[in-house]
Amino acid sequence: MGLYSLSAMLLAAVVAIAIMAVSETFAIFVPGLLQGAWLTLQIALLGCVLAVTMAVLAALARLYGPLPLRWLANTYVEVFRGTSALVQLFWLFFVLPHFGLTLEPFTVAVVGLGLNVGAYGAEVVRGAILGIVPGQWEATVALNMTRWQALRRVILPQAFVAMIPPWGNLFIELLKSTALVSLITLGDLAFRAQQMNQTTMKTIPIFTLVLLMYLVMSLAITICMRLLERRATRGLARGRSA
Amino acid sequence: MNTANDATEQPMVRFDGVTKSYGALTVLDDLRLDIGRGEKVAIIGPSGSGKTTVLRMLMTLERINDGVIWVDGEPMTHMEKGGRLVPADPRHLRRVRAKVGMVFQHFNLFPHMTALGNCIEAPITVLGLSRREAEERAAELLDLVGLADKKEHYPAQLSGGQQQRVAIARALAMRPKVMLFDEVTSALDPELCGEVLQVIRKLGSEHDLTMLMVTHQMGFAKEFADRVCFFYQGKICEQGNPQDMFAAPQNERTRQFLRAVMDSV
Amino acid sequence: MWDWEYAISIMPALGKAALVTIQATGIGFLLALVLGLILALLRMSGPRMGWAVSALIEFIRSTPLLIQIFFLYFVFPSFGIVLDAFTAGVIALGLHYGCYCAEVYRAGLEAVPRGQWEASIALNLGTYATFKDVILPQAIPPIVPALGNYLVALFKETPLLSAIAVLELMQTAKMMGSETFRYTEPMTLVGIIFLLMSLVSAAGIRWLERRLNRRSAR
Repeated sequence: MGLYSLSAMLLAAVVAIAIMAVSETFAIFVPGLLQGAWLTLQIALLGCVLAVTMAVLAALARLYGPLPLRWLANTYVEVFRGTSALVQLFWLFFVLPHFGLTLEPFTVAVVGLGLNVGAYGAEVVRGAILGIVPGQWEATVALNMTRWQALRRVILPQAFVAMIPPWGNLFIELLKSTALVSLITLGDLAFRAQQMNQTTMKTIPIFTLVLLMYLVMSLAITICMRLLERRATRGLARGRSA
Repeated sequence: MNTANDATEQPMVRFDGVTKSYGALTVLDDLRLDIGRGEKVAIIGPSGSGKTTVLRMLMTLERINDGVIWVDGEPMTHMEKGGRLVPADPRHLRRVRAKVGMVFQHFNLFPHMTALGNCIEAPITVLGLSRREAEERAAELLDLVGLADKKEHYPAQLSGGQQQRVAIARALAMRPKVMLFDEVTSALDPELCGEVLQVIRKLGSEHDLTMLMVTHQMGFAKEFADRVCFFYQGKICEQGNPQDMFAAPQNERTRQFLRAVMDSV
Repeated sequence: MWDWEYAISIMPALGKAALVTIQATGIGFLLALVLGLILALLRMSGPRMGWAVSALIEFIRSTPLLIQIFFLYFVFPSFGIVLDAFTAGVIALGLHYGCYCAEVYRAGLEAVPRGQWEASIALNLGTYATFKDVILPQAIPPIVPALGNYLVALFKETPLLSAIAVLELMQTAKMMGSETFRYTEPMTLVGIIFLLMSLVSAAGIRWLERRLNRRSAR
């Protein structure tokens, strides 16, 4: 969808939530749900930071690391992509304590989701780096740059542009997977929804509000990434049409 | 013979029995070629004759299978260790490679940097110049290639000829002793070749750079080069000064090639 | 730390649960394939309809599957339709991934050259016949790998059905854990089962991709 349609949807969703916040049926649910949404947002943001870090590290290790490091990165990517996010969360939550390592549910959430999305992100980063034409590498050799200098100054800045759209999708996936943390006792948006649903059985208003709140967060991410992409491509193709 | 004391008597570049093959396909076979200081050498030949590989090996973009490449009196692909030549480690390779610069057929400018940015990047990160020094040097060189007014332009805003001239300035900013030109006009529209060749001509007359170029522009080779090497199937088939060679090629292959090229012009 | 005897003793039960997981995956994906095609066609049918369908797809793709599962499971009864957990879960899976598949179909349909439509008109084929005999046979093969990737993705989301107590792998493992207070074996085994199935299906998709490439290259 275009940027305008997305913005229109975002606006409509925000207005809808605002109207519900003052209407009788919905108003009682809003404050509690907003609290949950705040936790959701915190987990999502920290998860994103971890995911990007892990993705870059794993991609670089797979591409340029010494053999043991490459294997480690390969294993990480395959295991986290091959099992499901919920299995990973439960494993960290239920099994890790048996090995003597008990993490806070919040930490489990951030680590679990960050590692999961980071594994997918590693493929994105790797693909973007491999997508840079060989001539760019050759130019850095001719200028006697080291591989690290070449990566940092020439290859990654260009690969960055190609990474923005797939990362946008991954951030949305991460935001959506935060709902899973409700199953490991965290009081996020999904958790509050279930709780309110169980006590009041007003399923339709509660879940409508919750869906709208997730929609607002997702659309905000999508729109930000589109704007970022537009800016980044403009920098790269400045005057290409001229 | 490889260890003369006076470095100035050494050739600038020496290919000493260099062989390059991809699997069963031999691209260059036991290449022996000396290039003197300040000498301008043009490499010509049909496609697939291995001529671009010569430059790419000298730039360390291709690994060689056998032989040694010497630059400025010291081995580049190898290094001396306990009186023997062993394959070079990355550090040695980088140190010797600093003497060589290259201009590519497809420019390979960094699209996310301006013309100036392209020219100061490596001087700052590799040579450790201050930003001011690098910018002064780059400004001088962009002026030399006639693009003083395009400093802040991005590659996408420049014509092919202008991009190639920026690429030349970028390579010169590293102060190489040997410059390699790999079919630098092949990707350009014919009307843009002139401005690039003009820059190379100027470099040749004003600097004592050693230049090695692969080219299809026979007219330019004839007028500019001190020596022409004709490559055929991975070997030097004939070499000599351009006047003699273009006027009276000795080898049948050379004759055929020159006839074919001249006809097409 | 790891009790092999216990691990072996729970394997038959996990195997049975794996069948439920596979069933949910199969039915859910079939639903996604059909729904996706319908959404893709509706989207192409006109500008207003197109916008509405796009907005719906955006909405479903932007919100968590877990919430959608809850929504279907708890909302249907209020309309007098009582769905068992398995059915509600599978419908949610199919709906969610149908929206992803719709995008894939669209890409496939848009890749068929306009000339194919024009040739069909010139041959006086009806719209339905054109679609069935000319367009779809060209649009589907190139997108099979992409659809396959969503099959694997859907498979990996089936543990969410445990949230409404469907007795698939995850729920079974969790119940075993809460009965015996030994989570290590069931959870790890579930992870390994998922990993194996994912690796096998990824290899299957690569194989399919190669075969399709070969056919289209011929």
